[in-house]
Amino acid sequence: MTITQPVTLVSMLLVAPALPGIATRTKSFLTGRRGAPVLQLYADLAKLVRKGVVYSRTTTLVFRVAPVVLTASVLIAALLLPLDGYVSIFGFTGDLVAFAGLLGLGRFAMVLAGLDTGSSFEGMGASREVTVAAFAEPALLLALTVLVLATGSLSLGTMLGAPLAGAWPRAAPSLVLAGGSLFMLLLAENARVPIDDPATHLELTMIHEVMVLDNSGPDLALILYAGAVKFALFGALVVSVLIPRAQFGPWIAAAMLIAGLAVIAIVVGIIEAAMARLRMDRIPHFLVAASALAGFGVILLLR
Amino acid sequence: MTDLSDLLLLLVVLTDFWVLGTTRLSSTIRAAALQGAILAALSVALHPGFSPHILGLGVGTLIVKAFVLPAFLHRAIREASVRREVEPVIGFTASLCVGAIAVALSFAVSQRLPLPESQTALLVPVALATVIVGLIVLTTRNKALTQVVGYLILENGIYVFGLSQAERVPFLVELGVLLDVFVGVFIMGIVVFHINREFDSLSSARLTELRD
Repeated sequence: MTITQPVTLVSMLLVAPALPGIATRTKSFLTGRRGAPVLQLYADLAKLVRKGVVYSRTTTLVFRVAPVVLTASVLIAALLLPLDGYVSIFGFTGDLVAFAGLLGLGRFAMVLAGLDTGSSFEGMGASREVTVAAFAEPALLLALTVLVLATGSLSLGTMLGAPLAGAWPRAAPSLVLAGGSLFMLLLAENARVPIDDPATHLELTMIHEVMVLDNSGPDLALILYAGAVKFALFGALVVSVLIPRAQFGPWIAAAMLIAGLAVIAIVVGIIEAAMARLRMDRIPHFLVAASALAGFGVILLLR
Repeated sequence: MTDLSDLLLLLVVLTDFWVLGTTRLSSTIRAAALQGAILAALSVALHPGFSPHILGLGVGTLIVKAFVLPAFLHRAIREASVRREVEPVIGFTASLCVGAIAVALSFAVSQRLPLPESQTALLVPVALATVIVGLIVLTTRNKALTQVVGYLILENGIYVFGLSQAERVPFLVELGVLLDVFVGVFIMGIVVFHINREFDSLSSARLTELRD
């Protein structure tokens, strides 16, 4: 392990809370408003960490453990990605399934916590979250299958590293399709428009936000931070697939990752300014389209 | 040149998915127009010799498929004030899934077909997939206009298939373009007929309003 890997990881974890801020700022700029500062989430996190926690008497241990499980699973998943473009800090054969599983574990913990509160709103949010996840996971696995077939490797560390640059000339169409599919997943998994609207504050229209209505203080800070890191993780996946960075030096690759994340946040902001949220029954349609894109990429490589 | 034509063939499949996935009539027509433009580029990209025959084919395709027919369809939905949403027999999500299966099947089947060698390995499967997608749209959508778009997609698939033989059998492809003109007339007939039948009550209601 070289020094660049931990440095890249730490810098990604540090800039992660700025990404939703960049997206929101882009959106408000395009819609002619001033908008919250880019660093708003840092201020929110600092405020929440200093506050106390309120637990409802209905809740059990599940509710208290969930934010920790969520944050831990997202952080472990971050270890599996080759953030500096070469190798991951902690990778093994088949870790792409572990990556999908860790993200699923975090979501499962949050869904259980939402159900644990006994509130009907949060139960509804949990149900919606699982609906989105059920359609998003096939797309994620198909997109990862494209990477497996293109590079012939079963580890995220190697398949997003040097072999990917070698696979680009042969499998460019499939990789572009996988990248597009992953970007659609980024929108879905991070509760952005057109799947969910992070700006909505009406319980009946929320998906992701409604699950965490009962969380407060440091717990809420953990959830918000884990959400920002998850955004950065999917952004790093998209950047790694679309730009094979192994041909550059590790420091340049790390800088490209951070710049790529900022670009993705801006693109998300542009989408949020340009599109309305999809109606609830159209969401499967969007995610099936993402699966179809990735599946088409798989078919092209199987030929 | 094969890279470019492969890319164009991929775009043809993506527009197939687009037609299957959209709910708005205008968007469906736009997808069909885009597909027509891609086909025009494809016919030139597949035969890099720039013979007047191929060039004429490309320009003819571009004019008919990308401009004339879509403009006509757009006019039809505007004048008939057809509701924007199409009402499919099977849902959009399901038809996307069926379309994906169709693409997989056509890739699997085309490897076993005893065909003369074509310029790129993608040509035949994409042609088959486009034909099947056209059939799906033609059979599962209720609105007459969407069915016409389905017919156009189906015809585009046949056109892609014909492109593989364009140099050997030039007359066949020209017949294909002629068929396009026929499709134009055919569309006109269907649109007028269906709109007369479906929206007759609507126009007569306006007439009674005028009388009142």
